[in-house]
Amino acid sequence: MTQPAKTDLITVNIDGREIAVPKGTNMIEAARMLGIDIPHYCYHPKLSVSGNCRMCLIEMGTPAFDRATREPIMDPATGKQKIGWIPKPQIACFTNASPGLHVRTDTPLIRECREGVTEFLLVNHPLDCPICDQAGECKLQEQATQHGRGYSRFIEEKNVKPKRTAIGPRVTLDAERCVLCSRCIRFCKEVAKDDVLGFTDRGSFTTISCYPGRQLDNNYSLNTVDVCPVGALTSTDFRFQMRVWFLKQTNSIDTESSVGANTVVWSREGVIYRITPRRNDEVNDTWMADSGRLLYKQVRAENRLTVARIAGQVAAEAEAIKAAADLLKAGDAVLVASGRSTVEEQFLAKRLAELVKAPVSLVARIAQGDKLLVSADRNPNVRGALVTKLIAQLPKPQLTELGAQIDADHVRTILSLGEDLAEAGLTPAQLAKVKIVYLGTHANATSDAAHVVIPALTVFEKDGTFINQQFRVQKFAAAVPGPAGVSGDLSALAQLIAAAGGITPPSTVDAVWALLAAEVPALAGLSYRTLPETGRVIDHAEWAALPFPEGETLHYTPHRSA
Amino acid sequence: MPHPLERRVLFRHVDEPGYTPDLDCYLRNGGYETLKKAVTRAPADLIEEVKKSGLRGRGGAGFPTGVKWSLVDRKSGKPIYLIVNCDESEPGTFKDRYLVHQDPHQLIEGIMITCFANNVKQAYIYIRGEFPHGARILEKAIAEARAKNFVGPNILGTGYSCEIYVHRGAGAYICGEETGLIESIEGKRPYPRIKPPFFPAVLGLYQCPTIVNNVETLCHVRHIVEMGGEAYAKVGTPNNSGTRLIGVSGLVQRPGYYEIESGKITLGQLLHDICGGPLPGRTFKAIIPGGSSAKILRWGETFKIKQKDGSTVEWSVADIPMDFDSFAACGTMGGSGGVIVMDDSVSMVEALANVIAFYAHESCGQCTPCREGSQWIKKITARMVHGEARTEDAPLLKSIADQICGRTVCPMGESSAWPTQSYVAKFQDEFTQYEQIKKTRPAGAPKLI
Repeated sequence: MTQPAKTDLITVNIDGREIAVPKGTNMIEAARMLGIDIPHYCYHPKLSVSGNCRMCLIEMGTPAFDRATREPIMDPATGKQKIGWIPKPQIACFTNASPGLHVRTDTPLIRECREGVTEFLLVNHPLDCPICDQAGECKLQEQATQHGRGYSRFIEEKNVKPKRTAIGPRVTLDAERCVLCSRCIRFCKEVAKDDVLGFTDRGSFTTISCYPGRQLDNNYSLNTVDVCPVGALTSTDFRFQMRVWFLKQTNSIDTESSVGANTVVWSREGVIYRITPRRNDEVNDTWMADSGRLLYKQVRAENRLTVARIAGQVAAEAEAIKAAADLLKAGDAVLVASGRSTVEEQFLAKRLAELVKAPVSLVARIAQGDKLLVSADRNPNVRGALVTKLIAQLPKPQLTELGAQIDADHVRTILSLGEDLAEAGLTPAQLAKVKIVYLGTHANATSDAAHVVIPALTVFEKDGTFINQQFRVQKFAAAVPGPAGVSGDLSALAQLIAAAGGITPPSTVDAVWALLAAEVPALAGLSYRTLPETGRVIDHAEWAALPFPEGETLHYTPHRSA
Repeated sequence: MPHPLERRVLFRHVDEPGYTPDLDCYLRNGGYETLKKAVTRAPADLIEEVKKSGLRGRGGAGFPTGVKWSLVDRKSGKPIYLIVNCDESEPGTFKDRYLVHQDPHQLIEGIMITCFANNVKQAYIYIRGEFPHGARILEKAIAEARAKNFVGPNILGTGYSCEIYVHRGAGAYICGEETGLIESIEGKRPYPRIKPPFFPAVLGLYQCPTIVNNVETLCHVRHIVEMGGEAYAKVGTPNNSGTRLIGVSGLVQRPGYYEIESGKITLGQLLHDICGGPLPGRTFKAIIPGGSSAKILRWGETFKIKQKDGSTVEWSVADIPMDFDSFAACGTMGGSGGVIVMDDSVSMVEALANVIAFYAHESCGQCTPCREGSQWIKKITARMVHGEARTEDAPLLKSIADQICGRTVCPMGESSAWPTQSYVAKFQDEFTQYEQIKKTRPAGAPKLI
């Protein structure tokens, strides 16, 4: 992000402290920069301002001018210009920085306002925190504790609204918990561009609802659950699965396309319970697609490969690696690498391919992009393969040329790094003609046909980096341990190199990065440890002319050479 | 026959025998002559006349009309719209409907003069859904006026064109709030907009500069241009010029609609002389002076009012002159001119329960304090009336109202807060002793709930 020019900065005064903020900054954000928390429900940094919750009320003042002369009125006590305070509290979310603006966030009036709004939000709230999934990450719960009066003055009957309503295949609504902040409505309208939610009824009986005959079924519906400050919208998948305070958060990257949405993987005791988006203003804002959230299910899928096999028989991993190396050393080997592998794996794969003189193919996955956070390139890391020089040209979806080579008896061994060769266009006959080494996570036609199968780790079980469509290197970390005895792709590749007669390369991400930084010019100066959580865009002029398949997405505009 | 204390300008033909709402009748009575003259004048002149007249908006807030017009953004290059607020929904207010029903062409002439003065090419009359007959009358009247070239393209051969559309509401009080009304015309849920920045004069209908005026205000414009601004300013009292339409309802001998010179008669004259005083055997107890959202006046309370010359006078409720400033000085408002009268048979707890039931029902639900606060007050007052009243209810009601007041998106927060605050403060004993009062209700007391 480019820093705004100095002239665009406006100095405001919040609780007596001055801060220069970019033009257009609202007071919630300005206060945040000073470490002052202004409580709010309806305001969301990535949505339009609706100003309906009234929680962020502040006192506001502007420099006073004489009405007749337009001369500044000076305060003799301080020698500074007097501040004319507006008697009515104003909402911070819609108060943008203006020169000399003064704001007070912690006065008796403001404390009373917050207490009042909190009480109002609670009078018709079911107060069912003990059975509510949002408990522990609920803004109402947190702010009621912080700003509420601590006891109830409400003895009337509460309003009754629809409970546990499926408003879409993945989202459940409890209307009684809703604080009517309209974040979900604005998200659907403004971000997902699927105007499907609205309010029905009036006053205190107002309820969120889908338009008649519609349901909330777009591929971004679960973001409404994320933006919901309370337990009104919950994920049908995550409902009642786990208390959030038991969950460990691990930063990860969405693998479903080259957008590389930043994510958080929530796990406990080696089990993943959910994936949510992680804010990155230059990649995915605060959003991610529903389709990426269920990818964790692959970790415990029935067809998960957990043991090494040679000719169908269970074998020790070391034996399988030796058998695989023997096949590769015998010559006429081909490496089918993957755009789903990490940068480090691709780097070692390149070494292995060079060592055994195997030509490299990569399988492209191209589909319609959604112009938001799922791009046309459904591989997360094709750019990594280019940067590590594993490939020089963009891959094709079908391995037609490899098939021809097999038919011409030029290929004896194929090492597939998790790619299903059958899906990539090789026929059963072609697969039967060659010896296959499969290093992958899940069983498929290729692993079934493989002579050597070495189990690998999913993105949730290993550390690594991907390079997304913006040529942004983004890192992720292991959230849960892999299956017992599986040492992982990077280790397997390192061992394969050693067994094939090469110099044993490092097999940890950190150590591989030392090599990457030294040997790959575009990655010079970077390391896994010091890579920011929001990633780093690398110099990519070298690849600018390639006809990448991606169209426009949220923070990506394709460079088309004229 | 109008009462001698009245001065009928807008209502001069209302209830006149033989006067019909059609164009011929209006033309026979000098109709559209003012428009014919107005279109020959410079638009800025007309705005100047309205400024000179000191006319203040009759919708409730009393904002000077000429100032409102001059705030309109004329440099944006966007079209300017006029919206006629005919969403007369404030309980106790029933003046605009008679203007619409009995003299629609007076309104249309006022609209056309206003449009010409402000270079408006499209005007919308937003009429509440509960006025279907009024909407039909207006549509017929507009068609008649168009046939005679008072509305539509090339009006009276001047080259100036302007259309009027009647837009019918669907029955929501909040559509009377000007930005809620604008959202409603745009086809959305009428959630009032946040001001700033969405002042209609700059970012109004379709984000274009927009003038929103009340029906009565626009009828006054027709008479201001006819009389001249300075002459009009002499009617009524300084800063409260012109006549006012007053709707009196409740427990009084002759409820009805009246037109008076602003500030020239007192509330006492209105209630005793024009309306004939309280019902036999009753005494006045409380008066709401400007629609049910105004703060209530307790009959018998007095106000120390500072005069311009520095002296202080003491007014009883009956002494308050019928104008914006005097009511404001007494801590309430002239509002929409809907005077609601309560006598000694009325329980103030029940009256508040009745008023609040309306505002809780009509709260749009956009912002928290009004949405939840009004409903809570409704539940408390309903419980007091139908169930058990507690001594702690009075301070609780005040506290809830205080938590609403001044913290909402639109002024409707005050609509439920002001009655609650004023009823509880001025009739505290009734709220704390309601259980006893309930047992000893006078015979024939009105059922308000």
